[in-house]
Amino acid sequence: MSVVTLTINDELVSAQEGQTLLSVLQERGIEVPTLCHLDGLSERGGCRLCMVEMEGTGRLQAACVTQVQEGMVVHTHSERLVKYRRMILELLFSERNHVCAVCVMNGHCELQWEAAQIGMDHVRYEYLNPDLPMDASHERFVIDHNRCILCTRCVRVCDEIEGAHVWDVMGRGVNSRVIADLNQPWGTSQSCTSCGKCVQVCPTGALFSKGATVAEMEKQHNFLRWILDGREKKIWSYENGK
Amino acid sequence: MPKVRFATAWLGGCSGCHMSFLDLDEKLIDLADKIELVYSPIADAKEFPENVDVTLVEGAVANIDNLKLAKEIRARSRLVVSFGDCAVTGNVPSLRNKLGVDDVLTAVYHEGPGRHPTGGDEIMPRLLPKVLPLHQVIHVDAFLPGCPPDPDRIWAAVSALLAGEPLVLEPEMRTFG
Ligand code: SF4
Ligand code: SF4
Ligand code: SF4
Ligand code: FES
Repeated sequence: MSVVTLTINDELVSAQEGQTLLSVLQERGIEVPTLCHLDGLSERGGCRLCMVEMEGTGRLQAACVTQVQEGMVVHTHSERLVKYRRMILELLFSERNHVCAVCVMNGHCELQWEAAQIGMDHVRYEYLNPDLPMDASHERFVIDHNRCILCTRCVRVCDEIEGAHVWDVMGRGVNSRVIADLNQPWGTSQSCTSCGKCVQVCPTGALFSKGATVAEMEKQHNFLRWILDGREKKIWSYENGK
Repeated sequence: MPKVRFATAWLGGCSGCHMSFLDLDEKLIDLADKIELVYSPIADAKEFPENVDVTLVEGAVANIDNLKLAKEIRARSRLVVSFGDCAVTGNVPSLRNKLGVDDVLTAVYHEGPGRHPTGGDEIMPRLLPKVLPLHQVIHVDAFLPGCPPDPDRIWAAVSALLAGEPLVLEPEMRTFG
């Protein structure tokens, strides 16, 4: 594979052709916030938190869905980008109901943490306070639409890793909802294998295990690496501690 | 040096932020050397006084009494701080926002146990249609998130404010919840 050279924050960097810009940033320890991206899943480019400035184009580009190219000149933390990232987070908090104090993911939530990281200490927009349902019909899990940020990690993991494709997104804009099968109660889904992968990858308190109460839900993503290493590299076992 | 005229106020919240403030424990003694507590639910003052330097406000703006006090606080304080998640975001009190005020009152008082107030007597302050974060009602100078903010956060914030520095908390100290 050939090597390309690009400039990131005034530094010359070389990368493999075909790599995403986000993966290069991560390799170099340049932290841009992400929510829809998750290692092991296809990219969606939906949350827009990872956007960067690219000289020569007026538009901002999401680093997770941008491939590196020879001669690219990229800025990751300009004043404008930081301002926009904060606005995105404020809009996510105002669109549904995020009351961290009474949320199952309090203290472990990726959305909550990104907000604190960027310094979003209050929301300048009016809260929409939508009246959204919770579906507890599944025997083991619950989906609370109040906490969903439509990152579609659940949709992708169920389709790409579990192969069941239970989840989809219905509707447009502010009316979008994650739905099970043909928009039916999750518990009546015939395609769901109850594997729990969607619950584990969900960055927020939208998907959780039944019985979890405030701050009790913690999630882990390691299983994605294990499954993919097995499938792609035929690695089926790990030495202790790896 | 003259003492800083310091106030704390309690709007629509559970008083947890004030409890956490009291959890400053022995730091309260240091604080007492630097401030004069001119108004607070834990001090005996009926009216919000003039010329306050710093006011910490706990709680969301949920009813007309909260609204009135918030405006007095703004008019008479140099620095107003949203103290805790209810003031910063509306938090738990704002969970009622997706229901109508009438539905809330019916559910709590008419369908609930005991005798319900007859209403119209102005004994209970009228509820606002929506519970609002403080900064949607008055200008707020600084934000201290947390439910409640733990004593370390409160101390970091109060120390900065008393030193006349801007309030910039570490990421770990500015999470909601
Ligand atoms: S999902 Fe995250 S941000 Fe939303 S209420 Fe729960 S902890 Fe807070
Ligand atoms: S539990 Fe497994 S099969 Fe069911 S919806 Fe979630 S990922 Fe899909
Ligand atoms: S349920 Fe969770 S994983 Fe699925 S779209 Fe909503 S926030 Fe993302
Ligand atoms: S992480 Fe790139 S758009 Fe969400």
